Amino acid sequence: MVDLKGVFKAYNKKMVIEDVNLSIQKGKITSFIGPNGAGKSTLISMVSRLIAKDEGIITIDGEDLSKSKDEELAKKISILKQSNTMNVKLTVKELVSFGRFPHSKGRLKRFDWMKVEEAINYMELEPIQDKYIDELSGGQRQRAYIAMVLAQDTEYILLDEPLNNLDMRHSVQIMKTLRRLVDELGKTIVIVIHDINFASCYSDDIVALKDGKIVKHGKTCDVIDQCVLKDIYDMDIDIQEIDNQRICVYF
Amino acid sequence: MGYKKKTFILSIIAILLILLYIFYQLTGNIGYILPRRIIKVVAIILTGGSIAFATTIFMTITNNRILTPSIMGIDSLYMLTQTFIVFIFGSKSLVMMNSNINYLLSISVMVIFSLLFYRLLFKGENNNIYFLLLIGMILGTFFSSFTSFMQVLIDPNEFMVAQDKMFASVNNVNTSLVYLSIILIVLVVLYYIRFHRYLDVLALGKDQATNLGVPYNYVVKRLLIIVAILISIATALIGPLTFLGLIVVNVAHEFMKTYRHAYIITASVLISIIAIVGGQFIVEKVFVFETTISVIINFVGGIYFIYLLLKENKSW
Repeated sequence: MVDLKGVFKAYNKKMVIEDVNLSIQKGKITSFIGPNGAGKSTLISMVSRLIAKDEGIITIDGEDLSKSKDEELAKKISILKQSNTMNVKLTVKELVSFGRFPHSKGRLKRFDWMKVEEAINYMELEPIQDKYIDELSGGQRQRAYIAMVLAQDTEYILLDEPLNNLDMRHSVQIMKTLRRLVDELGKTIVIVIHDINFASCYSDDIVALKDGKIVKHGKTCDVIDQCVLKDIYDMDIDIQEIDNQRICVYF
Repeated sequence: MGYKKKTFILSIIAILLILLYIFYQLTGNIGYILPRRIIKVVAIILTGGSIAFATTIFMTITNNRILTPSIMGIDSLYMLTQTFIVFIFGSKSLVMMNSNINYLLSISVMVIFSLLFYRLLFKGENNNIYFLLLIGMILGTFFSSFTSFMQVLIDPNEFMVAQDKMFASVNNVNTSLVYLSIILIVLVVLYYIRFHRYLDVLALGKDQATNLGVPYNYVVKRLLIIVAILISIATALIGPLTFLGLIVVNVAHEFMKTYRHAYIITASVLISIIAIVGGQFIVEKVFVFETTISVIINFVGGIYFIYLLLKENKSW
């Protein structure tokens, strides 16, 4: 379980996260939704220690994040940011094998390569596994990065807009993969996502943020509600029920 | 071609050049010439090796292949120190002063400056590496301007002595300095070993490295100190060689085409030795000491730098 207590964060005196208290349930997909600038990415970055918090306590399974060792944390929690630019010439397979670094310290054993292969298969990357990252399309690259996070094999996986640059087929495929990771392997996944319909169809819990504060946190069916969404996005969103899924019509 | 084979070829070329340098036209008083040449070549190898090693680390940390550690203002500080000594105590002091003392003084000034610099900048949360570089650049420019200012004020004869220190030259390397440098470099490399495994991951950038469990600030701070010490040693031993690192590390990346730093570092050290031993050979035998090694390196380096800029420009 990830617990946040009284977390604050300001950039140059501008508050971006204000007094957030939250506990993220184990074995579930939790989505962070909210308008641009609501603090979703900042929050997920603080949980994954990419950004330091100003105040408050974040614990993972009861362990204080700021007191844990980096190397141990990397086996427990992984993060994928929305923009990934790097100027290293790497093939897909090499990139994915970096995911084993926390476990192998750079010396990959048979078991590590097995995990790498597994991750590549999971993301259907076998045909392009020897291609260089900079030669791939945006969607393929995104899948390669997700495969790397899978190879890292952590209990908690945080993804900052994993559907960026992806077409519908790959978006659905990735969300289904995430679902499988949760249902079959018992992982805990937290995602920042813009498309509320993806959030509605695939997540267990939703955290709705606005102006650095949590507006609503609860089961998906409680958050995907006309009044709540109106509160978050300042627009009327019609909600239709199709095949037991709540679909938001906001066009 | 495998990485091992490429490394092997580079080693062979480096060894052949070193032998050529030592034994070419070895006539006359061999007992006098031979040890002098060996000391010179060892000094060259140490300098070339340290610069290549430091620049590889630096480029990996900054994730940028056209930045060299000279951007941190370390070699400008060296020139400032030398000019300052002449300015205050006169050129005689620089000539008369025991070269060991000058060497240790220069290294200490450069290393202490770097430590203070990092300490100040890593203190707050504002530990953006590009901010660090920007400040380093400004300080470097400040040091150079201050150096020119003092040079304008001093007597032209004094200036000649100071200027002599501005260009890298192996012609008056002191034997005891070489031994001292070997000891220092070995110590630094021993300290580096524990950070070696992080280097491949650091190349992926700060976020990825943190995600993969690299204690980023801790490691980068120490690597930067290693870079500063190595560059200080190289600069104090032979003189400022700005472009050498830029060329050799980029050539090494192009030649090895891998992300693995074990190979990149070995290759850039070897290429550096080839470039600088070859360069010195040309200086001595073709130009008959009409020019210095740094002029040749800066000339070739400048052309390569422009080529890099044009090439990068195309890929954007």
